[in-house]
Amino acid sequence: MTDEVIVAAPAGGGRATTWPRRLVVLVPYLWLAAFFLLPFVIVFKLSLSETAIAQPPYVPVLDLAEGFEGLKAFFSALSPRNYALIASDWIYLASYLRSLEVATIATALLLLIGFPLAYGMARAPRRLQPFLFMAVVLPFWTAFLIRIYAWINILQRDGLLNQALLALGIVDTPPAWLATDTAVYIGLVYSYLPFMVLPIYATLEKMDETLLEAAADLGCPPWKAFWLVTLPVSLKGVIAGALLCFIPMVGEFVIPDLLGGSENVMIGQTLWTEFFGNKDWPAASAIAVVLLCLLVMPIMIYQHMQSRAIERGS
Amino acid sequence: MRRGPSWFNIIALALGFAFLYVPIAILVIYSFNASRLVTVWGGFSTRWYVALMHDAAMLDAAWVTLRIGLLSAAAATVLGTLAALALVRFGRFRGRLLFGGMIYAPLVMPEVITGLSLLLLFVAVDVDRGFWTITVAHTTLTMCFVAIIVQARLVDFDRSLEEAAMDLGCPPLKTFLTVTLPLIAPAIASGFVLAFTLSLDDLILASFTTGPGATTLPIRIYSEVRLGVKPEINAVCTILIAVVAMSIVVASLMTKLSGGRGESATPGAQA
Repeated sequence: MTDEVIVAAPAGGGRATTWPRRLVVLVPYLWLAAFFLLPFVIVFKLSLSETAIAQPPYVPVLDLAEGFEGLKAFFSALSPRNYALIASDWIYLASYLRSLEVATIATALLLLIGFPLAYGMARAPRRLQPFLFMAVVLPFWTAFLIRIYAWINILQRDGLLNQALLALGIVDTPPAWLATDTAVYIGLVYSYLPFMVLPIYATLEKMDETLLEAAADLGCPPWKAFWLVTLPVSLKGVIAGALLCFIPMVGEFVIPDLLGGSENVMIGQTLWTEFFGNKDWPAASAIAVVLLCLLVMPIMIYQHMQSRAIERGS
Repeated sequence: MRRGPSWFNIIALALGFAFLYVPIAILVIYSFNASRLVTVWGGFSTRWYVALMHDAAMLDAAWVTLRIGLLSAAAATVLGTLAALALVRFGRFRGRLLFGGMIYAPLVMPEVITGLSLLLLFVAVDVDRGFWTITVAHTTLTMCFVAIIVQARLVDFDRSLEEAAMDLGCPPLKTFLTVTLPLIAPAIASGFVLAFTLSLDDLILASFTTGPGATTLPIRIYSEVRLGVKPEINAVCTILIAVVAMSIVVASLMTKLSGGRGESATPGAQA
């Protein structure tokens, strides 16, 4: 039984650690170490390797049977040439910059759309709020790929959007929507909207209503009260939402691949092409390592905020 | 709330929800379109669903996807619940910072990185890739979502009930099984459903970690979608949406029956 004694020791209690208790931590810990942490070490190692026509398609392969000599040969064969390639070829640099640009603009759009939605939810009558909450969460549970596919239906040249625009006489010739930046932004905002709305809603919902009343009583106009009271209160939610959207969007693959054009690719697409198209695993690994370095700061800020949230609660 | 919602609030809500739901509604409606042209309405028909029933490759992919989904969700629920207990109830054990990091990082980590790194691990240890490697990959990602949901429930949980049971001489294991577990069961159920739906839907991890003979539904849908919109795909997607919606309804009914309250279903909701 692994669950024993979980309730016996309160958080932070100094009781002796027993084996069943230890297992509760150890099982998920080891699983994540083996399938999340260790793989990064391998990616890093591979980013220093060279591609080869072999199985597996890279050299060197560590051969422990060779003993120390094998280890020495292995380390001397590692080289940073994949990083030199990334630094020297404009294609890679351009797709990193493009990814950061797209993710930044999409995060800004998400804030513009997500904040009013979260605000509307928080100010809706109490009894409606659980339903509104569920309505925002539901699309998140519904297949992501399908939701992107749904937009292809709408955005294609003879799709519903153009049919509507033609019928209303807004345009004479149907514009191309697919394979444009507009389509990518629509897809990103659509897919990530729940991730922006929920953290903001969580902070706004907890906001003390009397703060606004006090501001109004003291003669503060509503817009100023919003700026001085509501916005600072919701700042934590805004930051959490922005990080929750920005980080995965930088490495997004499916949305730009299905909705975007073939030029101006994002780094997720470049990595995908190196791996599946060119079968250059070491280059793909080096791209992943550099991408990870770009995202390390925002990921750490996000984690810090989340751990603080738990500690406040427990 | 004393003041009613303003017009601004109502319009923001209406536009926001229309944006979220209209595309899905259109997809579902057009899966019943009699015309092969996906943009012209040719009357109501279920012919694409009939065609699906005869598409052996698609049925095979659906079966693989379902099995991976159930297996990985079950494993993720156990691992995620343990991880949540460790995070909330164990205070500051050695390596807690790293542990918390490993729970939160997969939630935001771009999937291309996670997928690539898992594949390289599987190649390095030289296992046959296919059904089991996808299952392990999905378990690893979705257990973190389960951990977040269960942890949110554990945090606002009335400890005095457990203490009362223990004061009355109930042994720890029995206390856990009869007091703690029933109280967090709704969150565990939500976690299972979320893990299942995430697995059902994942393209990137599956593409990296798959091998010969293990084609999941998203991999199949993706390769078809790249060639353009097809009414058959609309039908597959509608069925998938129905499966997911039904799982959610069942989960929320279970939550209601057990008297629990709704859980926040996304990682940022408790921030």
